[in-house]
Amino acid sequence: MSAAVRARALGLDVAVVDEQAAPGGQVWRGVERSTALGRSEALGPDYAAGARLAAAFRASGAKYLGDTRVWQVEPGFRVYTCHQNLVEILAAKTLVIATGAIERSAPFPGWTLPGVLTVGAAQILLKGCGQIPDVPIWIAGSGPLVLLYANQLLDVGGRVAGILSTAPPVNRRVALRHLGPALACWEDLLKGVRWVSRLRTSGVPVVRGVSEIEALGDSRVEAIRFRTLAGGERTVPTGMLLLHEGIVPDIQISLALGCRHEWDEAQQCFVPTVDEWGQTSIAGAFVAGDGGGIGGVRAACAGGEVAALGCAYTLGRLSLTAARQSADRLRRARARALAIRPFLDALYRPRRQVALPADEIVVCRCEEVTAGEIRAAARAGAGDPNQVKAFTRCGMGPCLGRICGITASSIIADAAGRLMTETGLFRVRPPLRPITLAQLASIEEREVAA
Amino acid sequence: MTSYDLDAVVIGGGLHGLSAALHIAREGRKVVVLERACVGRHASGASAAGVRTLGRAPQELALSLEAKHMWHAIGGLVGDDCGFHAHGQIRVAETEAEVAQLEQRLALTQSLGYRHEELIDRAELRRLVPALSHHCLAALLVRDDGAADPHRTLLAFRRSVQQVGAEIREGQGVDAIERQGDRWAVRAGAARYVAPFVVNAAGAWAGRIAVMVGDDIPIGTKASMMIVTERVGHVISPVLGAVGRLFSFKQTDKGTLLIGGGRQGTFDLDRESGTVNLLELAIAARTACELFPAVGDIRIARVWAGLEAKTSDLVPVIGPSPRAAGVIHVFGFSGHGFQLVPVTGAVVADFVVRGRTDRPVGALTAERLMAHRAAA
Repeated sequence: MSAAVRARALGLDVAVVDEQAAPGGQVWRGVERSTALGRSEALGPDYAAGARLAAAFRASGAKYLGDTRVWQVEPGFRVYTCHQNLVEILAAKTLVIATGAIERSAPFPGWTLPGVLTVGAAQILLKGCGQIPDVPIWIAGSGPLVLLYANQLLDVGGRVAGILSTAPPVNRRVALRHLGPALACWEDLLKGVRWVSRLRTSGVPVVRGVSEIEALGDSRVEAIRFRTLAGGERTVPTGMLLLHEGIVPDIQISLALGCRHEWDEAQQCFVPTVDEWGQTSIAGAFVAGDGGGIGGVRAACAGGEVAALGCAYTLGRLSLTAARQSADRLRRARARALAIRPFLDALYRPRRQVALPADEIVVCRCEEVTAGEIRAAARAGAGDPNQVKAFTRCGMGPCLGRICGITASSIIADAAGRLMTETGLFRVRPPLRPITLAQLASIEEREVAA
Repeated sequence: MTSYDLDAVVIGGGLHGLSAALHIAREGRKVVVLERACVGRHASGASAAGVRTLGRAPQELALSLEAKHMWHAIGGLVGDDCGFHAHGQIRVAETEAEVAQLEQRLALTQSLGYRHEELIDRAELRRLVPALSHHCLAALLVRDDGAADPHRTLLAFRRSVQQVGAEIREGQGVDAIERQGDRWAVRAGAARYVAPFVVNAAGAWAGRIAVMVGDDIPIGTKASMMIVTERVGHVISPVLGAVGRLFSFKQTDKGTLLIGGGRQGTFDLDRESGTVNLLELAIAARTACELFPAVGDIRIARVWAGLEAKTSDLVPVIGPSPRAAGVIHVFGFSGHGFQLVPVTGAVVADFVVRGRTDRPVGALTAERLMAHRAAA
């Protein structure tokens, strides 16, 4: 939204393709409806800021294509979309990829049992249709979203049986080193402190340093077994387990375009390589928001505006001097918003088990391929993810390796003794989102935006 | 620079290169496979894996029939059935004119003395493929043709090559090939492989390898596109093609539908990549929906384009270089090389071990293409 509003202000012709039916993305999901219903105040001042941006976006004159999936993007640029049953190709000279983040896949024994969800999925159900789990839930994992969701759930009358914090204890010591710069984001830190204390006052037990989590049950989850910091084994009964091990950039489009990517060691994910405008290695293709590295909402908004300035400059609608002048303030705002990241990245760095699950654990749930099979294929062959895919069918299912990709590459890199950047990911094959044969059959060229 | 002494160097870790290495190594010769990327990276890994004698050009038909016998006993060659099933291959006619074409084709193969193809009528066609649109009139059928699983086939050949003691070196792109006395020195990075025989099985890049030994063989490139869908219930058993369309349609063991037929994407040989042309691929999807009215709502899982070499007469080059003694070319399969895999390696081994072959490859020489160039 930020990129579109700024681009429109610069006089560019803009179309925004959004998988969701209304503007807001993940953070501000359903923000217009919540505001209309008078619920946004209850959701806090951050949500009100989203309402203001959504209103500005609606008024900007950008063409909004909601409920529309992008299933392929080609250099040049051609964006293949699908809305209900209608397939259209949009042509544009510049492109801003603002696809945000997805949850990091963290396979563990029993993760495919019914009753085991990710925190992100549960939050979508909460924000999207007010769904509250009818049983007390356990949450396992680490990251701000664990605390945020637990608080949101308590606010609406849900019950949290307990939290199993999986962040390794060493994280706190490392994170402390980054606390100084993070103080610039004291409001964010304060928010986190409030979330933690709210859980404490509500009597939610938090078990720290948990590892070797296992969801037990026959046809659905009935209990959770885990190892405590002291080394003992504990089992707790539960009807629902939510898991979250942080978020990673959604880079399917930048991968499909062939943009250069690199491994970000601090955030444990692949990110597109970008310049000061957020421009990728492919001229005219920009990335804004968490899709270029996890930075949070304020950094995303500033980055979106910078990308819009970059587009205008690329299109010859703005001089370099003018673009730089406008970008200056935005870049400072973005840098301020990012000051907390090294602290958060260190505090919530996922434990080794997340990236390198034990042999018997299913990593690719579409094709039911285990970590052990991936390891064996990596050792037998050249240690290339695409070859492992051909050998094992890992990543060949309907999710196209979107979910298991990083885990598979981590296992392969570890088994072959290579770096993540060298190892890379599965090659991205269209369609990026499922389309049917009839929908593909219906495509014809129609230029909608410039 | 490390130097290795061998009997043969195979350039290209696709199925034809692996088959050549397997047959050579089984004759007790020391052989290495040099693969620039990883085994099966291009055409072999992107193949629809049709095992088809149906409709083959007369120049390669006898060889193809020998290959079919080998497929029916493929477990004996590579210790795995490679997912091969002989559910038949069918080529349907949608118009009277196309029926006439099928009749002509049948007359041609019968005049050459072959009896493997049969013409079936509408009723038999409907019995064999109930999901097919009723407008189809007749079809040519080979009942004991079929299809395999390309990845299982790659794994089986790869494992067999390694078991017989031949080495597969992945990530070894060939930089130069030089004559050294009566042997060839193949340079790949910091290594040098010296052998009296060099097998050029470099697929889309085979023309470049040929130039390194002084052969100027004009070849084109294909970037044939494929669609694979999600897994669905039973739709079809045989592999189906159509006379009047670039189309092939089959269902894998996993239940996914595989749609190909040679619609072309774009390619970049230097970047070693093929790119899908979606407007062109939409035509294949339309054909699928027209011939199989029930498949429209099935979701596509992936689409891709695989790179390989194409010759001007669309049959491969299998045989020794006319000038460079000890070099054997095996490439240019032009979109239908998979079925020939087991037999091409045997032909190559004939040349390496005995200096000649009795197999019918006389019409597949490199000279035929080089003469074209001289005439042009």
